[in-house]
Amino acid sequence: MTRPMTITEKILAAHSGLPEVEPGQLINCKLDIVLANDVTAPISIKEFAKIGVPKVFDPTKIALVPDHYTPNKDIKSAEQAKMVRDFAHAQGITHYYEIGCMGVEHALLPEQGVVGPGDVIIGADSHTCTYGALGAFATGVGSTDAAAGMATGEAWFKVPASIKFNLTGRLAPWVGGKDIILHIIGMIGVDGALYQAMEFTGETIEALGIEDRMTICNMAIEAGGKSGIIAVDDVTRAYIEGRFERPSVEYFSDPDVEYAEVFEIDASAIVPTVAFPHLPSNTRPAADSRDIWVDQVVIGSCTNGRIEDLRIAASVLKGRKVHEGVRLIVIPATQEIYRQAMHEGLFDVFLDANAAVSTPTCGPCLGGHMGILAAGERAFATTNRNFVGRMGDPTSEVYLGSPAIAAATAVAGHIALPDDLG
Amino acid sequence: MKFTGTAHRYGRDIDTDVIIPARYLNTSDPAELGKHCMEDLDAEFVDNVRPGDILVADENFGCGSSREHAPISIKAAGVSVIIAKSFARIFYRNAINTGLPIMEAPDAVDGIRNGDKVIVDADTGTITNETTGAVFTAQPFPPFIKDIIETGGLVESIKSKRG
Repeated sequence: MTRPMTITEKILAAHSGLPEVEPGQLINCKLDIVLANDVTAPISIKEFAKIGVPKVFDPTKIALVPDHYTPNKDIKSAEQAKMVRDFAHAQGITHYYEIGCMGVEHALLPEQGVVGPGDVIIGADSHTCTYGALGAFATGVGSTDAAAGMATGEAWFKVPASIKFNLTGRLAPWVGGKDIILHIIGMIGVDGALYQAMEFTGETIEALGIEDRMTICNMAIEAGGKSGIIAVDDVTRAYIEGRFERPSVEYFSDPDVEYAEVFEIDASAIVPTVAFPHLPSNTRPAADSRDIWVDQVVIGSCTNGRIEDLRIAASVLKGRKVHEGVRLIVIPATQEIYRQAMHEGLFDVFLDANAAVSTPTCGPCLGGHMGILAAGERAFATTNRNFVGRMGDPTSEVYLGSPAIAAATAVAGHIALPDDLG
Repeated sequence: MKFTGTAHRYGRDIDTDVIIPARYLNTSDPAELGKHCMEDLDAEFVDNVRPGDILVADENFGCGSSREHAPISIKAAGVSVIIAKSFARIFYRNAINTGLPIMEAPDAVDGIRNGDKVIVDADTGTITNETTGAVFTAQPFPPFIKDIIETGGLVESIKSKRG
């Protein structure tokens, strides 16, 4: 009989060949997927070469997605993308996604069935924690960790303690996954979950679709979390059906397990929430933020660029025009989402509203390209970070919120709720 | 390993975007990254920092992105060691993996001002503020991590294990 374990501990134990693990323990884990992108993979590839193994541990277990600066914005970024492309071809990497098949990595890998329940995934991108929404242990690492993972198929971890967030109650109108996670980050702070796994449970979470769940787990890193995780249920099973290419393994936290901390949250009291500059934890109700006028609105990213996000934005924008003082950029996160949005007529709504629709890219979220801010400009974005200079000039500002608030803000010109539009 | 240098003191939640802004991530060349280190937080940092100098910060240093460009740029700018109250998790790994010494020492952070002369003995974990005479002790690394650092980073450690 092993000690009671959390879902995270069970996944890590299974992947390290141990009957049980406990928080603080240093373990070596087998990896199911190693991910890197066009910013982080070039360093991984250089470090991989230093290790001295000719081949990656398994070309079917590595994913390389050139999504940050692509289509390439300049010669240097083109050189980086080329390095990734050449490596992928030389190594026979199965999950390499060229422009035209490419998408924002954390929307793309779940969609393409590359990641799924019970996996251990490392990605050289901090938002790798997104896949916890599928019941996986997924965590962001740096390029050298990814290089080591590509060479050995293993990574070392300190088993994280788990914090449980139990959410009950029905969500108010226009409140979704983004508001939930911003509420939680506002509550515990940007280092509130430092080194720990954030486990989300309760009837509110169970009632959410997979997209909202991904939004929540995506931003676990913004609370300092090592990972976010939501146990598999019928919503997860329906999503991975016909998608996930490997057999899925379901793990559940034991009922008598002890958490480092448990937060009971009345989700019915969560309101549409905005993070003010310059930290995701600097949250306020959107209703109290109407005096913030903005120059640009971005709807997209690994946090909120999925089809459901675009549908919500379109429902607010339908029959309306973007405010004359605002530039609205809409970025479907993958080619599949792009096609779906097009077929559903969402592009007509966006174009009629005078929005620009972009090919999938992480570009503006990290101030890469496609929507860089000038000095003193303000953006409202459905992205995940609002640090100083995040989207451009260091004197610019980024406000974070949901697609619903973003769309309403684009129309009003200042932070607004959909119901404000009349 | 001993490091001696001037302390450059910063606050809490110093994020990777201000350590190395995304506009410079279209290269991984350390010399190039070093030129822009801390640019969006302190435009004069690169001009002020001298080889061997020491970064000192409050909680959650290196929060945000997984970009290894952050510790690479700090190292390339000449910093020998970072002392903070706590580090963001990915930055912590990246620093160790790239061979940039870091130490968690809340008391030392509280006892060091900007511009103080500081001596760090990484082997004993002793941090001496030469300007004030105060001596502090840092959390030692777990043996597993010490092993990675002593071998010269993660890649070297893997190479040595492969024999």
